[in-house]
Amino acid sequence: MNIAEKLGSLKASGRKGLIIYVTAGCPDYSTTLQAVKAAAEAGADLVEIGLPFSDPMADGPVIQQAATQALAAGATVGKALELITLLQQQTSIPLAVMTYYNIVLQFGIERFAESFAGAGISGLIIPDLPIEEAAAVEPACRQAGIDLIKFIAPTTTPERIKTICRQASGFLYCISSTGVTGVRQTDYNQIAPLLAAVRRETDLPLAIGFGIGGPEAACQAAKHADAVIVGSAVMDRLLHGSLANVQELIYSIRQALDKECDRQ
Amino acid sequence: MSDNNGRFGSYGGRFVPETVMPALLELEDSYRKLKDDGEFQSEVAFYFREYAGRPTKLYYAANLTRHYGRGDIYLKREDLLHTGAHKINNALGQALLARRMGKQRIVAETGAGQHGVACATVAALFGLKCCVFMGAEDMERQALNVFRMRLLGTEVVPVTSGSGTLKDATSEAIRYWVTHIQDTHYIIGSVVGPHPYPMLVRDFQAVIGQEVERQIADAGANLKYVIACVGGGSNAMGIFYQFRDNRSVTKIGVEAAGKGLATGEHAASLTNGRPGVLHGSLSYLRQDNEGQVIPAYSISAGLDYPGVGPEHSYFKDTGRVIYTAVTDEQALAAFERLARLEGIIPALESSHALAYLEQLMPETTSGQAVVVCLSGRGDKDVQMVANVLGGLE
Repeated sequence: MNIAEKLGSLKASGRKGLIIYVTAGCPDYSTTLQAVKAAAEAGADLVEIGLPFSDPMADGPVIQQAATQALAAGATVGKALELITLLQQQTSIPLAVMTYYNIVLQFGIERFAESFAGAGISGLIIPDLPIEEAAAVEPACRQAGIDLIKFIAPTTTPERIKTICRQASGFLYCISSTGVTGVRQTDYNQIAPLLAAVRRETDLPLAIGFGIGGPEAACQAAKHADAVIVGSAVMDRLLHGSLANVQELIYSIRQALDKECDRQ
Repeated sequence: MSDNNGRFGSYGGRFVPETVMPALLELEDSYRKLKDDGEFQSEVAFYFREYAGRPTKLYYAANLTRHYGRGDIYLKREDLLHTGAHKINNALGQALLARRMGKQRIVAETGAGQHGVACATVAALFGLKCCVFMGAEDMERQALNVFRMRLLGTEVVPVTSGSGTLKDATSEAIRYWVTHIQDTHYIIGSVVGPHPYPMLVRDFQAVIGQEVERQIADAGANLKYVIACVGGGSNAMGIFYQFRDNRSVTKIGVEAAGKGLATGEHAASLTNGRPGVLHGSLSYLRQDNEGQVIPAYSISAGLDYPGVGPEHSYFKDTGRVIYTAVTDEQALAAFERLARLEGIIPALESSHALAYLEQLMPETTSGQAVVVCLSGRGDKDVQMVANVLGGLE
């Protein structure tokens, strides 16, 4: 099942989607494999596999540290590809790849899209690729049958929202506040008008990311969107805790989204 | 000239998070309007002249010329500018632009500290809040400039991530900018970064080459060579741009070969890198096979950047400019040579351009003029050089 189908079916049944981010190879590939399986078991609907880059300008300290650690441990694109192939054999959760443009460019754009689509991913997320530059990657993604996910930020103008929505597929990655990835206090009501504006332009699922650290924030964010994305909080638990902590976090968010949010 | 997407050939572009895109579009729009606005241009010219000290001298270096005994060597004295380097041209231009755009805050990155000092200076002058990111290692190497920035009322933030140098300071400045995008203008210090920065920084620095053209004509000299050091490449672009289509003038950009190109410890991205994306633009880049950026090394904190301005990449591929590299050792020798022969202590960055005279001058003949861009003065580097040469007991 691809991203749009998965998030679409959740939306149809009135449930909120849960997207989890993990950095491939941090602290090692076996842990990443276990973490994705744990996320699937705990109720995640989609997992973003982050391919580390030395200079992740959209990421905060936690994901930056995860990338640095993964690279120091010898992470490569080839090994990430092997990991995803294994994951497809062992789980049925839809997967997307998140990485920076230079990683895709150096691997070869078409080769990247083909290889990862072949391994089973259904989406590609490149935070430093705005729509103005997306034409270099879009055809390869379309050819390979994967969605190139587009971002909406609090600074995105109404005119840009229209253009971005016209080009979007899979889902829209809506950034909760200006800034980089990382858990922080965010007033999700503030971005309600932005999300409403996006809704007027598209039927695609909207996912909110950046800043969500636990069940409460997830519920706040989910009021305005179809799915929430949790990354830094997961990586923080992987870096400083255990797989059990990760699973616990994801499960608590899943539970909240399914049962408790309505009562808040 | 770049196209609407900020491309120089295939280089340049805008590889940034969506959060930043509207700010880049606003900046481009404001700049395009102000570029042809006579009032804005005369405001820039006023501050260049009255505050920064333009035009700078084109000094005929008689002793250095005698030393080589061939062509005539001229030094474009950007070191005589207020704050001691060409960086003030861009800082003034961008601060005036930021003021017109109603921005209250300035964020900047700095390597050697010259750009940081220039930004701190213009921020003080125009009453803007200023925050400068600087690699922890560079803060140690350039303690004097850190003090100057703080004295001017700027907050200097140490960056310990990655290699703790200019590359990481730039990433942190971008992160800060993304977070405070509404009221903050990011003054990028070189002809790097996403469009429109390479274009607008080049335009503010192009005054260097425009002055050289006039001054050489006034001197009645026969200009054959223009040499400048290249880190990000702003002083080089500033002096080359005016002569970009002038085939009778050979333009030479000198990168930092650090401990030697073969050692891998250098900052020569054009000489020894390949196209890639860092800090928002596609350009030559020091990177491994996977596309991970290799931290650069140079004795000069202002040159140890693994990338370079995209227009330089275009100039390299089209053969408009020749790019080469000299080592720390060659630069240090040139540093001492200029001090002894001309009584001028150059920045370590500029010393790289001066070092290339060793190779170039034997090729020249009497009557040919060679202009070296003396991008900044060397006060900031004296301690560093003393440590290497053992000069302070």
